[in-house]
Amino acid sequence: MTNTPSPLSSPLANSLRSGPDDRGRFGIFGGRFVAETLMPLLFELDEAYRAAQADPEFRRELDYYLKDYVGRPSPLWFAQHLTEELGGAKVYFKREELNHTGSHKLNNVMGQILVARRMGKTRIVAETGAGQHGVATATVCALFGLKCTIYMGATDVERQKPNVFRMHLLGAEVKPVTAGAGTLKDAMNEAMRDWVANVADTYFLVGTVAGPHPYPEMVRDFQSVIGVEVKEQITQAEGRLPDVIVAAIGGGSNAMGIFHPFLDDASVRLIGVEAAGHGLDSGKTAASISRGRPGVLHGNRTYLLQDKHGQIEEAHSISAGLDYPGIGPEHSWLNDIGRAEYVGVTDEEALEAFQVCTRTEGIIPALECAHGLAHVMKIAPAMAKDRIIVLNVSGRGDKDIFTVAHHLGVKL
Amino acid sequence: MSRIQTRFAALKKEGRGALIPYLQACDPDYDTSLELLRAMPAAGADLIEIGVPFSDPSADGPTIQAAALRGLKAGATLGRVLEMVRAFRETDNETPIVLMGYLNPIDSYGPAEFCFDSAQAGVDGIIVVDMPTEEADLLDAHAREAGLDIISLVAPTTSNSRLFHVLRDASGFVYYVSITGITGTNSASAADLEKALPRIREATSLPVAVGFGISTPEQARTASRIGDAAVVASALIKTMASTLENGQATERTIPSVLKQLEGLAAAVRA
Ligand SMILES: Cc1ncc(COP(=O)(O)O)c(C=O)c1O
Repeated sequence: MTNTPSPLSSPLANSLRSGPDDRGRFGIFGGRFVAETLMPLLFELDEAYRAAQADPEFRRELDYYLKDYVGRPSPLWFAQHLTEELGGAKVYFKREELNHTGSHKLNNVMGQILVARRMGKTRIVAETGAGQHGVATATVCALFGLKCTIYMGATDVERQKPNVFRMHLLGAEVKPVTAGAGTLKDAMNEAMRDWVANVADTYFLVGTVAGPHPYPEMVRDFQSVIGVEVKEQITQAEGRLPDVIVAAIGGGSNAMGIFHPFLDDASVRLIGVEAAGHGLDSGKTAASISRGRPGVLHGNRTYLLQDKHGQIEEAHSISAGLDYPGIGPEHSWLNDIGRAEYVGVTDEEALEAFQVCTRTEGIIPALECAHGLAHVMKIAPAMAKDRIIVLNVSGRGDKDIFTVAHHLGVKL
Repeated sequence: MSRIQTRFAALKKEGRGALIPYLQACDPDYDTSLELLRAMPAAGADLIEIGVPFSDPSADGPTIQAAALRGLKAGATLGRVLEMVRAFRETDNETPIVLMGYLNPIDSYGPAEFCFDSAQAGVDGIIVVDMPTEEADLLDAHAREAGLDIISLVAPTTSNSRLFHVLRDASGFVYYVSITGITGTNSASAADLEKALPRIREATSLPVAVGFGISTPEQARTASRIGDAAVVASALIKTMASTLENGQATERTIPSVLKQLEGLAAAVRA
């Protein structure tokens, strides 16, 4: 993390890493599309975040928790058996599933909770899809003794029961949201309603690189530790940068975290994998870039699944963490300028990859990153054996075993 | 003078504040909401706010959320809402109409086309809940050109210095979101309003409408006296919802809402 660069003197002046601008925009995307009631809070948050970045004590404190509580750095694992089975490029796994609470989500949550504490907030609200962000948030609230309310779509409460129970154990209040399809979009609406009604003491701990400025930037910065470590680790292991980096995209935080440090390394292909659900053209998909168009939702302008009248459509994915009709604004920008590519992977393909990963590497991946792996399985065989792919294994799959069993026709 | 200016000037002469009822377009269906809209002025509406249904109304409470869903189910689109306003203007060319909604349907329609078509249809002002001053350049120039007021929202969290920033180019009237919260939940006390209004009036000479959480005649009267207008939304929609059967209008629907509106109007005029 660095201070906001001054546009003229900074070495980042000609960099793809210098966004967002002072309106919180990446190209035409991003911004601050919220009710006036929230605007002063966003300015206050922006100020608090800049002050934290400039404070070496904040950096020191965050590093301490990242190392001794989250368990960083996470390893970069050479997936030799999978590589042999695919018969092409070398596949490395960035093992974010080994973090405390089992996913990359804690990187961001750890950073934001320290900001919230600096701001003197005593109550935390958050939205969650798969429940991984909810669990990470409930965890730090337990650690720091803060009140915690998690909004989760009723459908997700049903399909991610283990995480709901975890949140309860951690002392959080989990509020199921029945509006809409009862998934992440609806949880986000409800979390925003709670926030606007409790602005005085409440901090909204956003779980992905979306929402009004400065959230997309701040969450990206906290997640960038992933890419920074990969750069160092792959250089040590291979003496060079990878050829391809692949990550699954819900809102886009694990992808942004691993992409961002590589944005200026033109030789590195960046591929974001959206959930295609039943297929990109099935009408049951969560592929916002592939099948959406720009619009405004949840505080930012970005690619959205919407009908021709601007009503937001329900997303669909087997993976609760990808089941969102939008994507972080920086991804929309990276897509439009052609720096990153966005592809779709179906429920079926992800289920297959889930099993391959488990069988070849002894790692049960979250269904989210199984989407990323499914794309790796498509491209690796056609690549030369000296090529290198890094996949962000963003979480572990224990939470998904019920869903997978159900789809495999197994009764647990 | 615009319809909004004319109406507020006339009320000032009468020495009272305005009552601004709200209805959600196409809730529960196009014909019922048009009939209600047409009947509102005679029942005491001084200005009328029409909610434009949106799939994700993140600043609204359960009552307006449900109304938006009913409206969408009944086929509400921005085009249909403008059609409704055109139909209203056939018989009423005086009552100001303000559309209230979220940005994405407008963005999708096209900001310039939307402002032009709205003005043509007879809309006087627009309130875009999720478009703060900082993002208003998307519509400002188009609205000005079309002769449409973009109604500025201010909130209890808006600081004194920010009030001047937000209200610098404001037109029509100012909408004071009188609670920190969503629609149809809490309400501000008279004491809260007595404290807030002078702050706002320092920054603008426009009329100030008070909204969010006003449900009883007493509250409407207080808000319209301390401010210049009271907006009543969820309370009317709750009444309407209670008359529906299987989501459909019944013969009680329109009379019940109008009766409540008359009660509110009597209090504001007392
Ligand atoms: C393990 C895992 N990976 C990925 C995601 C998707 O989120 P994002 O795109 O922000 O990384 C989630 C969200 O719940 C998750 O739990």
